[in-house]
Amino acid sequence: MAENLTQIYLYTRYERFWHWFQAAMIVVLLITGFEVHGLFRLLGFDLAVRVHNFVGIAWLIAFAFFVFWVFTTGEWRQYVPTTQKMFAVVRYYAYGIFRGEAHPVPKRKEAKHNPLQRLVYLMLAATLLPVQMLSGFLYWGYNSWADWGLGWLSLEVLALVHMAGAFSILVFLVTHVYMTTTGHTIFAHTRAMITGWEEIEEGEIQDWERPVKPTCET
Amino acid sequence: MMPIRWMRIFCVVFVLCAGAVLARAADEAAAESAPGRTMARQATQDVQGWTTVDHSRLDALKKPFASGKQVTEACVSCHSEAASQFHQTIHWTWLGTEPDAEKRMGKAGDSLNNFCISANNMQDKSCNACHPSWNGQGTEGEVNCLVCHGRQQINWTEAFDDLNAFSGSDDPEEQQIVADIQADIQQAVQSVILPARENCGSCHFYGGGGDGVKHGDLDSSIAQPPKSLDVHMGVDGKNFQCTRCHTTVRHNVAGRIYSRPAAADRKSLIEDDLTAKITCESCHSATPHKAGSKANDHTDRVACQSCHIPLFARQNPTKTWWDWSKAGTLQDGKKYNEKGEFGKEVYMTIKGEMKWEKDVKPEYFWFNGSMNTLTIKDFIDPEKIVAVSAPVGSREDKNARIFPFKIHGGKQPYDTVQKVLLAPMLSGKDGYWETLDWQNAIEKGMQALNASYSGSFDFVETTYAFPITHMVAPRDNVVRCAECHTGQGGRFASLTGFYMPGRDRTGWIDSLGWLAVLGALAGVALHGLGRAFSRKGGKEN
Repeated sequence: MAENLTQIYLYTRYERFWHWFQAAMIVVLLITGFEVHGLFRLLGFDLAVRVHNFVGIAWLIAFAFFVFWVFTTGEWRQYVPTTQKMFAVVRYYAYGIFRGEAHPVPKRKEAKHNPLQRLVYLMLAATLLPVQMLSGFLYWGYNSWADWGLGWLSLEVLALVHMAGAFSILVFLVTHVYMTTTGHTIFAHTRAMITGWEEIEEGEIQDWERPVKPTCET
Repeated sequence: MMPIRWMRIFCVVFVLCAGAVLARAADEAAAESAPGRTMARQATQDVQGWTTVDHSRLDALKKPFASGKQVTEACVSCHSEAASQFHQTIHWTWLGTEPDAEKRMGKAGDSLNNFCISANNMQDKSCNACHPSWNGQGTEGEVNCLVCHGRQQINWTEAFDDLNAFSGSDDPEEQQIVADIQADIQQAVQSVILPARENCGSCHFYGGGGDGVKHGDLDSSIAQPPKSLDVHMGVDGKNFQCTRCHTTVRHNVAGRIYSRPAAADRKSLIEDDLTAKITCESCHSATPHKAGSKANDHTDRVACQSCHIPLFARQNPTKTWWDWSKAGTLQDGKKYNEKGEFGKEVYMTIKGEMKWEKDVKPEYFWFNGSMNTLTIKDFIDPEKIVAVSAPVGSREDKNARIFPFKIHGGKQPYDTVQKVLLAPMLSGKDGYWETLDWQNAIEKGMQALNASYSGSFDFVETTYAFPITHMVAPRDNVVRCAECHTGQGGRFASLTGFYMPGRDRTGWIDSLGWLAVLGALAGVALHGLGRAFSRKGGKEN
């Protein structure tokens, strides 16, 4: 099927930057967070806390730019969930992929995410990550709770929410990294997220979507 | 096209890194001057006191003295209110003030401890060695100003006894002795100072009957301490005297007295420049660390001492256990002492079994500045370990902070019928130290206190808590975060009822979380294996 492949410019520079930047921050936050939780000793509690706080606040600020980007560019449409072909995608990953079948929903410029991805990324970007950021921010602001009128909050419950979020993100990370290997080659999706150019099967691509100089990549 | 793009990315990354490095460097420069440190240094810049009086040139102090009383009279001939002021202070009365007066708190009252137990209404004369009167006369006598204000300490009782024995003699040799003693006395009387560490220490270092017995953070090592032992009093540092912090008004020395906290409010000199300088915050403020430091967020609930005094008794050992029930054993029919590892008594026939420790890690409790101390009238539960003195406070108490303590354990006699602690007489001809007869010593001791005794006694285990506030370590030796924020034997392990990051966790969410992570790993591993095998079998790639 390799002969049918063509390249489209799927991920803009900001998108790619945001993806990797956020990935790096999440990895650092997971490592330092689990150290603060007492799982292992790497940076030392003191430094782990400071790095965790710094990166956490940086993430919060950077996320605001992402939200701005998502709405001003109309990219938010990519996250609108749909049930169309949902079953087909689930069936593909559960069965078809082992049979060498084609992906039922190939990537397109205006539909980067398949129905399953839409659902997962929507939950991630609109629920899990904000919950994690909010709980983290509150955790960070523990000393100001009384001033903020939040004296009723329980650190134990907040820590529980933050830990549940951390585990959820780690589960996502494991699955997400694995899923990147399900392209037509192991690193096809990873490469696309680095260069912006995704190789997809020909057919539904419009002429204007084609790269002007497809040679620049390889 | 690509190289240019990568160049841009490189530039952005470089600028970010450079910015971070510069910020870090600026941070470190700022660390040199934590605001609380700068403030305290300014407040104490001029520690050299000055005076308009040279006591060695005063005629009142040049005349011959035949008794302590005459010395006191010379002092008050100028300092007319000194003695009457001093008579109102606990240093003289040995009685607590409001709200403790009602309970007759104090060594001269009904208070108890688990060292020498009681001063028996000041009738246990050995205790009076520390009373600032002449010849241990107690409140009946005259104030010995020189206990606190004399640079030269001499044995006054002996000096005056010898002086009076030989005076009037015709023997030129004895006249010479009288002249020499009189010269010593006059020199001591004329060397008047503001109280120095040695003056306060002559009693407070030796509380409980020996060096370092009681406090743990106050012993003879504090007389001339290196900075590493105490940053404030270190002779190679600021060389503070006690009164630098224990500021004094009308001879009332600032400090905690039984249930009365050392300071009513947490105020710094900025808020009230006439406030007692008894708290760390007086000079260092409530947020002494550099801005943004997490340590500043701790000062609301964790006392400075908790982090800045990692260990106490760092130079001299301190007594941590005193079991009176073991007293009375004779060796070859005689009283004996046995010394242990630090050259300190671990057994004394007259006192029982003792333990000493060095470099002791404090125990931590919520503390609002008030101590609850038992008297001979307080009922106890002999089934439990009895806290003769314990810090007052809880997490719910907004004025309470986590504070370090020395806990001195031991066993002491109690009345098995009336369920109160007993106060045996120790010194004197009827005292236990002489007779080794508990029954008689208890009867005599309780009589002295006008307290009843059923006649039946046994020993109960007790504890006595001392706040640890001296021996502040240099900042490089502070308690590190992970010494408390750890799940394994942290310093705050015994403090419950609140969630502490790094120490506490909700077990089930961790289990569930790791189960999910392992499930995800197993799932993707199986899926991947499935792909690998199915492709090998089915398709060409």
